[in-house]
Amino acid sequence: MRVNFTVNGRPQEADDVWEGESLLYVLRERLGLPGSKNACEQGECGSCTVRLDGVPVCSCLVAAGQVEGREVVTVEGLAEYAKQRSCGSSCGTSLNDAQQWAAKGQDSQTGEGTELAPIQQAFIDAGAVQCGFCTPGLLVAADEMLERNPNPSDADIREALSGNLCRCTGYEKIMDAVRLAAARQGEAV
Amino acid sequence: MPSNGAPIGTPTKVTQGSQTKGGIGESTLRPDGTLKVTGEFAYSSDMWHEDMLWGQILRSTVAHAEIVSIDTSEALKTAGVYAVMTYDDLPAEMKNYGLEIQDTPVLAHGKVRHHGEPVAIVAADHPETARRAAAKIKVEYRELPVITDEASATAPDAILVHEGRDDHHIGHVPHPNIVHRQPIIRGDVEEARKRADVIVEGEYTFGMQDQAFLGPESGLAVPEEDGGVHLYIATQWLHSDLRQIAPVLGLPEEKVRMTLAGVGGAFGGREDLSMQIHACLLAMRTGKPVKIVYNRFESFFGHVHRHPAKLYYEHGATKDGKLTHMKCRIVLDGGAYASASPAVVGNASSLSVGPYVIDDVDIEAIALYTNNPPCGAMRGFGAVQACFAYEAQMDKLAKKLGMDPVEFRQLNAMEQGTIMPTGQPVDSPAPVAELLRRVKSMPLPPERQWESSEGADVRQLPGGLSNTTHGEGVVRGIGYAVGIKNVGFSEGFDDYSTAKVRMEVVGGEAVATVHTAMAEVGQGGVTVHAQIARTELGVSQVTIHPADTQVGSAGSTSASRQTYVTGGAVKNACELVREQVLEIGRRKFGTYHPAWATAELLLEGGKVVTDGGEVLADLADVLEGEVVELEREWRHRPTEAFDLRTGQGNGHVQYSFAAHRAVVEVDTELGLVKVIELACAQDVGKALNPLSVLGQIQGGTLQGMGIAVMEEIIVDPKTAKVRNPSFTDYLLPTILDTPIIPVDVLELADEHAPYGLRGIGEAPTLSSTPAVLAAIRNATGLELNRTPVRPEHLTGKA
Repeated sequence: MRVNFTVNGRPQEADDVWEGESLLYVLRERLGLPGSKNACEQGECGSCTVRLDGVPVCSCLVAAGQVEGREVVTVEGLAEYAKQRSCGSSCGTSLNDAQQWAAKGQDSQTGEGTELAPIQQAFIDAGAVQCGFCTPGLLVAADEMLERNPNPSDADIREALSGNLCRCTGYEKIMDAVRLAAARQGEAV
Repeated sequence: MPSNGAPIGTPTKVTQGSQTKGGIGESTLRPDGTLKVTGEFAYSSDMWHEDMLWGQILRSTVAHAEIVSIDTSEALKTAGVYAVMTYDDLPAEMKNYGLEIQDTPVLAHGKVRHHGEPVAIVAADHPETARRAAAKIKVEYRELPVITDEASATAPDAILVHEGRDDHHIGHVPHPNIVHRQPIIRGDVEEARKRADVIVEGEYTFGMQDQAFLGPESGLAVPEEDGGVHLYIATQWLHSDLRQIAPVLGLPEEKVRMTLAGVGGAFGGREDLSMQIHACLLAMRTGKPVKIVYNRFESFFGHVHRHPAKLYYEHGATKDGKLTHMKCRIVLDGGAYASASPAVVGNASSLSVGPYVIDDVDIEAIALYTNNPPCGAMRGFGAVQACFAYEAQMDKLAKKLGMDPVEFRQLNAMEQGTIMPTGQPVDSPAPVAELLRRVKSMPLPPERQWESSEGADVRQLPGGLSNTTHGEGVVRGIGYAVGIKNVGFSEGFDDYSTAKVRMEVVGGEAVATVHTAMAEVGQGGVTVHAQIARTELGVSQVTIHPADTQVGSAGSTSASRQTYVTGGAVKNACELVREQVLEIGRRKFGTYHPAWATAELLLEGGKVVTDGGEVLADLADVLEGEVVELEREWRHRPTEAFDLRTGQGNGHVQYSFAAHRAVVEVDTELGLVKVIELACAQDVGKALNPLSVLGQIQGGTLQGMGIAVMEEIIVDPKTAKVRNPSFTDYLLPTILDTPIIPVDVLELADEHAPYGLRGIGEAPTLSSTPAVLAAIRNATGLELNRTPVRPEHLTGKA
């Protein structure tokens, strides 16, 4: 089976997809996007969370064939997605920016210099990342919640992230990170 | 010649800005943080190689059986299959592995001893092809009776789980189905009992907990031209894996190269091998790279769990609240293979008294061989089970004496100078009473906080979004507990680590590289190593070299030991590098300023400075055209084995202490528990990275809560089969189940340890569980002698 869909804004085509293959498998093994994680592959842990036409889903529970013609956003596209959202319809590279353009240094060992979504930066700053295996799914879920609810209460955060398991942190620093991202978002408005 | 700054011989005062930034004591951020939040970090399950095959393991469907026959012919005929291997295909004389006792078959030979034991392996060009081919392998079993507990293991006619044992414990165990036994006898319990005004006895049950790290067991084995193999793997200890893998492959260790791939958590569950040997065997057989990734179902069978335990305790106390004696017996179920059971027995027995002063004790701990799932290392390692039981005993004693449970504990708390039941003096701070005082003095969370103007917020009530109560039948309870955990490998183990440190000039700046084989599993060791190098070498740029076997062993990322031991090795190597750098400086510039010869010199802010703050040279100038590099092993002070009859011996390196206060709300009608708050106070000696310290304490605390109220692997006592190998049926705490976890960190230096630090990772997992149980008892008045507590235990329907 051939599947055509959009991932992080780019059209993608996957060939020879098995009937039983999940969206997670296609992303990880065919498209070279291993950021969505495979912690349980049964829809319980949320580590594979992606946006499917804007809605957060466990990509392990989505059959690859179901995404035909649809749009997927993964953790790899989160920074760009957040950027597009924050600048609305006025996005794009201005002539001035284009003339000033210079390659930014990016450290291949640490990723330093990479442009991040506010929620990604908040996770680093708050110490919400330990082993990091739950992080991609949590980031996608938390970013979606802040899009809907820019001023969440603690109970709102807990409810929105209750489908994402973390085994390292005890969740306290994850709470801090989401509160921090919400506060920074509030300041920026 | 110096290229910038003042002319040579003209000392300048160090300005504030030139202090080294990002050293120890600061909450520097993780060097792998950006990669982890962008999805770029390469975990072991993300490895990919051109032309790679996928491996699959066929596991036993029964717990205890003879293998009558294995037919692989249909699997071999499957299109896309490259290899099928069974025991008969193993290439070397050595066909077993194990951490201490090599009793675990790489592939089953004639018999399986637990549900899910590997029987055959398959390599194919697609993971689904490999799975389907494995399912076509026909295995005929002749089932045997299952051994599931102490009674069936030591019955006169019990089948031996392992025939013909020749390990070094067989000489002192009372039965071949007992892996190891460690008694500890000190004082005279019979005499001391006569002084007791009250005596309490208890029998306690501790369930089987899973580490449930999120990154599944996985790795990639790549065959190499020299006939060897390169394994990219998630593990806790590269060199321990290597020592077990190479003999089974029939290769010398230098032909098995190992590189640490990204590790998605560990918690003890990666101390033993899982898919390592299987991937290497298939890669060598097919000549192609082979990747194996467990799914969650298989992960529950693919690693050892925390030992479930039965604990029998007797304590006595005088009427003024002083403990007189303690007698206990701890029976740990080690399952089918030894794994870390002997060391878990040593911990359980030597820490069974808890952080209390009791001079007269009679202790026995054993681990059984059964047909249950193998059990081994998990965070807390034997001390967790004991803490659950002795803290329940403390509450019972306090109640019987009519005393406050915290005051009773404080009255009997150990302190620096206390003699352990092993005869070992506690020779660094032991602020047990102080930790209890601190945790008790934290403000309590407000009552009925679920109430709002719009009615009850069910998310904050027992039952949560299931909307089972709006506060009716909900009762609050408060409980306390404190625990003691050893740090580092004990009982005479040569627990060293190795660090290689390099200093040179890159782009006009002095930089350092730290290379160790330490497994970063999420704890933040890589952050701390860079901090140590900055503090010791005065540089800002530190590169952490990927962990591999090209450098000496770092020991295991377990036993709360890595910051102590590999951190100590990095500090030591940095100090030696610093001496060499200063030697170069003296050679190059010594004649320009007498302080080179006379003053105490430091490396700070990229400069060589005197202890008085005078700048003597830029490090970049000293190191111009030079590279300083060295690799050294480092050891903490040695320990001794425990005497096999009396348990006496200086067996431990260091102790770590934490205390918890739990606040719970219980729906007494439905037996549902909401843990509202788990406050923790812990002594960390010195917080090298305060943010990471909090992360360890909060994470450990929540794992302790998990085994208090939700987590348990259920093993059918009739068949020894695992009933709930999934995250659907094995319940991990979600963010909605999680209480707030305020932490009070105490820093009392241990003079024996680098920077005075104390290993911190495990202590918070100990006292969390009994504190929650104590709070539930406080709310319900029930005795609750098992953990985890389930609704039926609270409603009387169990």
